[in-house]
Amino acid sequence: MKITVRVWRQANPSDEGKMVGYDLDDVSEHMSFLEMLDVLNERLTLEGEEPIAFDSDCREGICGMCGLVINGLAHGPERTTTCQLHMRSFKDGDVIDIEPWRSSSFPVVKDLVVDRGAFDRIIQAGGYISAPTGSAPEANNLPVPKENADHAFEAATCIGCGACVAACPNGSAMLFTAAKITHLGLLPQGQPERASRVLGMVEQHDHEGFGNCTNIGECTAACPKGIPLDTISRLNRDLLGALAKGKA
Amino acid sequence: MTVNTQARTDEFTDIYDLGEPIADTRAPDVDVRQRWETRRFEAKLVNPANRRKLKVIIVGTGLAGASAAATLGEAGYHVTSFCYQDSPRRAHSIAAQGGINAAKNYRNDGDSIYRLFYDTVKGGDFRSRESNVYRLAQVSVEIIDQCVAQGVPFAREYGGLLDNRSFGGVQVSRTFYARGQTGQQLLIGAYQALERQVAAGTVINHTRHEMLEVIVADDRARGVIVRDMVTGEIETHFADAVVLATGGYGNVFFLSTNAMGCNVTANWRAHRKGAYFGNPCYTQIHPTCIPVSGDYQSKLTLMSESLRNDGRIWVPKKAGDDRPASQIPEDERDYYLERQYPSFGNLVPRDIASRAAKYVCDEGRGVGPGGLGVYLDFADAITRLGRDTVEAKYGNLFDMYAQITGENPYETPMRIYPAVHYTMGGLWVDYDLQSSITGLFVTGEANFSDHGANRLGASALMQGLADGYFVLPYTLANYLADGPYEPIDETHPAAVEAKQQVTDRIEKLLSINGTRTVDSFHRELGTIMWEYCGMARTEGGLLKAIELIRELRTEFWRNVKVTGVNEDLNQTLERAGRVADFIDLGELMCIDALHRRESCGGHFRVESQTEDGEALRHDDDFAYVAAWEFGGDGGKPVLHKEALIYQNVEMKQRSYK
Repeated sequence: MKITVRVWRQANPSDEGKMVGYDLDDVSEHMSFLEMLDVLNERLTLEGEEPIAFDSDCREGICGMCGLVINGLAHGPERTTTCQLHMRSFKDGDVIDIEPWRSSSFPVVKDLVVDRGAFDRIIQAGGYISAPTGSAPEANNLPVPKENADHAFEAATCIGCGACVAACPNGSAMLFTAAKITHLGLLPQGQPERASRVLGMVEQHDHEGFGNCTNIGECTAACPKGIPLDTISRLNRDLLGALAKGKA
Repeated sequence: MTVNTQARTDEFTDIYDLGEPIADTRAPDVDVRQRWETRRFEAKLVNPANRRKLKVIIVGTGLAGASAAATLGEAGYHVTSFCYQDSPRRAHSIAAQGGINAAKNYRNDGDSIYRLFYDTVKGGDFRSRESNVYRLAQVSVEIIDQCVAQGVPFAREYGGLLDNRSFGGVQVSRTFYARGQTGQQLLIGAYQALERQVAAGTVINHTRHEMLEVIVADDRARGVIVRDMVTGEIETHFADAVVLATGGYGNVFFLSTNAMGCNVTANWRAHRKGAYFGNPCYTQIHPTCIPVSGDYQSKLTLMSESLRNDGRIWVPKKAGDDRPASQIPEDERDYYLERQYPSFGNLVPRDIASRAAKYVCDEGRGVGPGGLGVYLDFADAITRLGRDTVEAKYGNLFDMYAQITGENPYETPMRIYPAVHYTMGGLWVDYDLQSSITGLFVTGEANFSDHGANRLGASALMQGLADGYFVLPYTLANYLADGPYEPIDETHPAAVEAKQQVTDRIEKLLSINGTRTVDSFHRELGTIMWEYCGMARTEGGLLKAIELIRELRTEFWRNVKVTGVNEDLNQTLERAGRVADFIDLGELMCIDALHRRESCGGHFRVESQTEDGEALRHDDDFAYVAAWEFGGDGGKPVLHKEALIYQNVEMKQRSYK
């Protein structure tokens, strides 16, 4: 099929940036979206033009490296990562707009590449269980009800791609933060640091300039892993509890 | 087919030189069960107060790198880590699906440390070191405890205890898993432990940095040259020891299940500086991947082999039968693994399953586009267990398959085909995980040490974490105990030289301005490797491949087109450097495959097979590790042999019948 892509080109963080159009004549429906960009980049290279910079790594939907806003939607029209989106989701003659994540907390590095270092810093602020190597008790000494383990797992499948931020009208990273709070807070191992974790992570979240959550739910709709919105309720409950205890 | 012994032991001296034998001198000479305990006791310790004076560089933040960085940071060392991704959490360990082995014997089904050791040695087709494998089996138990303490949400039973499943090549249930995302959950655990140390100030992690050279000063690894992939700045970092945890080199085949960025550059640069490369030809072709759909294909996607627990593999009995699967009656289907290997059936080791798929496709019985695929059918499992149970076990894998192929695997059988997945070869290391460069340690998939000629399922995660959490912290401390080493700075000739090598190479790549893209060279290299150094290898084919690769190298350095400049985020330049190293590695892999005139594990030489078409080893001639020394640009590599001595497990022809 023939398609036209309009791609955000920005040489560096201080460049103003603009949308640039490219026509592609021979796109197979079996191609992944990123393979379509690979083909375009091969052509641009041979024409002596700089290829479009974009991030991707595993191309299996698990590393969280890729992430494009496609026709205004984070990761495009299907509920999946950009790398798992295939051209069969588009049709002949389509004009497709491709932009980077839009968030002041994710500054553009070049073209479609953004800096998501803020997510690592939120994890540093408490997104872990302190379990120094060698100190662990026998694994089966600590039974975890299957239901809790399954819920914790569901939250732990967050890939840290940042689609939640890109989709949120407030630019909030609350779903990302809440997924970790939920994962660790549902497990018995996570209890000792439960209050300090939520306080630290939320403070860092705000410090990074992410917006507040007003329960719109765009985040969970855009999340390729389907992290549920109720993780944010859990975060709020933990936060209130921690604040009430005055553990700052 | 047989080959006479004289020919089998002839060396190709026009292609490589034969060097002195080498040996692992670090494993204590005691019973295999006592070796690790003895080594731990004999290893020198570093006083906690002195640790902060010692600096360690760790390259790579996958399971092996992140776990080591976190543990060494906790211990009080100064750790600097690097990853090429934008976050340590994205390292390719994250894509491992199936699980992690541990000899917990929670199923009471006869498992033990010794059995895990035995299975791994046998699975590796008797080409691994007993000492290392036994230690791996021993620490496997601690890994699970550690991961659970960190909050890794492993699958559990209703009683709240940990669940297990069985995996290819073994008859016990010892695999711990987190649905089909075990690698992700283990890596997130290690990543969180790493970030905790970043917050504590013991680890400094640099994202979007690529290691391009190792600094070897006064015969010790003392630092690295890295490129800041955003600004292009070439930075020099020093330390008392350097650890490479940089993963495998499957992308030499262009199409593999590795992430796009996985590369051999860190390892290859170290190899050029004196680190021997062990068994480069041992590559694992994974049987359960989604087949290629077109020539634009950028990578292949693995479906966890845990699918083989419940899926049944078959092809039509008749060649050229192109009816849809649903219209092929039961008695016209050939469940060829169940037929040929009645006791292991669909759970035979990966190399056997892959080769069997190739053979049925070679016979014209393959299914799907181009006839390069076999069915993996869940109809029986869905009838037996119910769709809900199948979905709970494999839901995300089924979803992934549906997304990529547009087909519904609950209704039509999946199509699978083998793809390059893992490389057992890697930098040669001793029992301490130290390479042939003093002070350079290599962990995880980047080293050659534990899997022999074939890796069993759910063993990669085990090895990465074993090395990082439980082995390196002891063996590296033993080395650091003699430090801090004399400080050096950017004016040291070794640092100046290494930096110059990096900048010269980048300038060269940018100045060629030829007519072919980097990817076109990478694809061509991949085609050569898959054709001649893939699932079945021959002497003639390998000799031809070596010629083709040499021509490709000349063409690359004459005609590659790299756009842009160094002082910028330049993904073409990044790839160009990696492909140049893959070309050199590809040649060495073919030389290694050529010299090893036997079949073993993932290395199948057509000239060496049993009457049944199984891999035929020649233990008298080839029970050794091939450790290759760099022979200089245009020079011949030098082969050093490390004899493999089996004191515990009897070397047998593998049989999974």
